[in-house]
Amino acid sequence: MSAINLLEESIVEKTAGESESIPSQTFPDEVILDIDNVSISYSGNPAVKHVSFPIAKNRITSIIGPSGCGKSTLLRSINRMNDFIDGVTVDGNFIYAGHNVYSSRIDPVEVRRNIGMVFQKPNPFPKTIYKNISWGPQINGFTGSMDELVEKSLRQAALWDEVRDRLHESALGLSGGQQQRLCIARALAMEPDILLMDEPCSALDPISTSHIEDLLFDLKSRYTIVIVTHNMQQAARISDYTAFLEMGDLIEFGITDQLFTRPNQKRTEEYVTGRFG
Amino acid sequence: MKRSPLELSNTNIQKRHRKARMFRLLCAGVTWLGAALLAILLIQITLDGIKWLDIQFLTSFPSRFPYKAGVKSALVGTLWLITMIAIVSIPIGVATALYLEELSHKGRIAKIVEVNIANLAGVPSIVYGIIGLAIFVRGLGFERSLVSGALTMSLLILPVIIIASREAIKTVPMSIRHAAYALGATKLQTAWAHVLPASFPGILTGVILALSRAIGETAPLIMIGALTYVAFLPEGPMDSFTALPIQIFNWVSRPQQEFHELAAGGIIVLLVVLLTMNATAIFIRHKTEKKLQ
Ligand SMILES: Nc1ncnc2c1ncn2[C@@H]1O[C@H](COP(=O)(O)OP(=O)(O)OP(=O)(O)O)[C@@H](O)[C@H]1O
Ligand SMILES: [Mg+2]
Repeated sequence: MSAINLLEESIVEKTAGESESIPSQTFPDEVILDIDNVSISYSGNPAVKHVSFPIAKNRITSIIGPSGCGKSTLLRSINRMNDFIDGVTVDGNFIYAGHNVYSSRIDPVEVRRNIGMVFQKPNPFPKTIYKNISWGPQINGFTGSMDELVEKSLRQAALWDEVRDRLHESALGLSGGQQQRLCIARALAMEPDILLMDEPCSALDPISTSHIEDLLFDLKSRYTIVIVTHNMQQAARISDYTAFLEMGDLIEFGITDQLFTRPNQKRTEEYVTGRFG
Repeated sequence: MKRSPLELSNTNIQKRHRKARMFRLLCAGVTWLGAALLAILLIQITLDGIKWLDIQFLTSFPSRFPYKAGVKSALVGTLWLITMIAIVSIPIGVATALYLEELSHKGRIAKIVEVNIANLAGVPSIVYGIIGLAIFVRGLGFERSLVSGALTMSLLILPVIIIASREAIKTVPMSIRHAAYALGATKLQTAWAHVLPASFPGILTGVILALSRAIGETAPLIMIGALTYVAFLPEGPMDSFTALPIQIFNWVSRPQQEFHELAAGGIIVLLVVLLTMNATAIFIRHKTEKKLQ
């Protein structure tokens, strides 16, 4: 359930002389995942073109850009969730723990154990709240106290107080915002290295949204988070780094404050100030 | 005077309403016609058969004398048969559906299998009888046993179970599978823990329909040589047997009026078995659906 076995293998691989992309010298944080010259297409139609940027450990990175620019496509490809879409081809490297996650030696199931995902629409299992959380750890051989893990995960997702008395009731009885927090708790129960979130607040009211934003802030010390969002304020508020995509091209990547206040590119400025898109 | 767009005198809208009303009447008429025909049939059968229905009818073997004859061996044979068919066909059918929908690479072979299963569902039951006779009765030497009957019937209903199960599996939202995959679940774990339970009510409906069909089938059983006169009960899967539709068929083909009435009695017993099965299925489905809510 951790990246450790991946790490050990990576040493072997490096001595075998495989190339590994070196993050830019000026990058101030430890890089946990390096997106290196990635292009993705759907049956030949390019959706993401030659995108490279690093994901910093224990930081929040947001991906912004107009609808259809390839944000979800890029995010899904990080933990190989687009393996389930027909006709997808991915070129380039996602270097995680010294490995390309698309290397033939890597088991995609193992990648997804370490890189969790929260989807745009809440998708709880049609089972009890408890089972929603416990199933992932259970199939992955978790041996500790499940009750404790469930409570811890629900607390981390700021849902515990609302559901503590109904853990064994169906998760479908929760409100949309609660369901989304349950999905976050479910992902957290796996203790992933990286948490990918695709517009997790798009179906939520402002109160639930701010719950989740607070939550992301708290989670930063333990997890690395990559979040796709259409909400500029949200990106500016919560993220440390921001990547701006447009029509599949990475227009700009940088520290969030800089990107929002002093962007290098004119298009970025137009987009973040709302004069575009 | 200017006409309001909401006014009912708008002839175009009235015309459309009239059409809708006529269509509704037509549909209702057809529905009631079907229901009425069925009701007449049921009433006729009940009137004919009810006077023969008693404990003696259920606990007696067939006989040359109508007042002594009963459905004991046929009823027991049918229950044996249906249990064995269920044991064989449900696991194979559901596993095949799961494999085709969830686990296989949807390549050309899967396509070929798919088309063939759909075709098999349309093959007349007598053909299955011939296959059963050739393979199970003669080829594998199972003789005219329950095993031969159950395997033949299983072949017959497998396509139905597979198709119904696949349809049920298809209705499970993709988002549930994605949720499971994103937790590092394999396809098999996902199929077993989420897809199968979520499609269970639909699968159950398909299975019950298929088993109901098997219960009423006569031709394949005649083909593989189920006996028509059995004065003993099967004690194991290798024993020879008879079944309700065979017994009914046998009685109907006799000239005496009494035997025709006995056949009606047998039909009622068959219907009761069918209805019990359906009721059980509805009950289980209701319970599981409630659990999901
Ligand atoms: N399953 C798919 N099959 C084919 N093309 C797809 C598929 N999913 C996305 N695309 C195409 O890839 C491009 C990028 O889509 P993507 O969903 O990544 O955009 P997005 O940035 O997430 O947009 P949004 O903000 O609206 O969610 C679009 O042109 C889209 O039409
Ligand atoms: Mg998207």
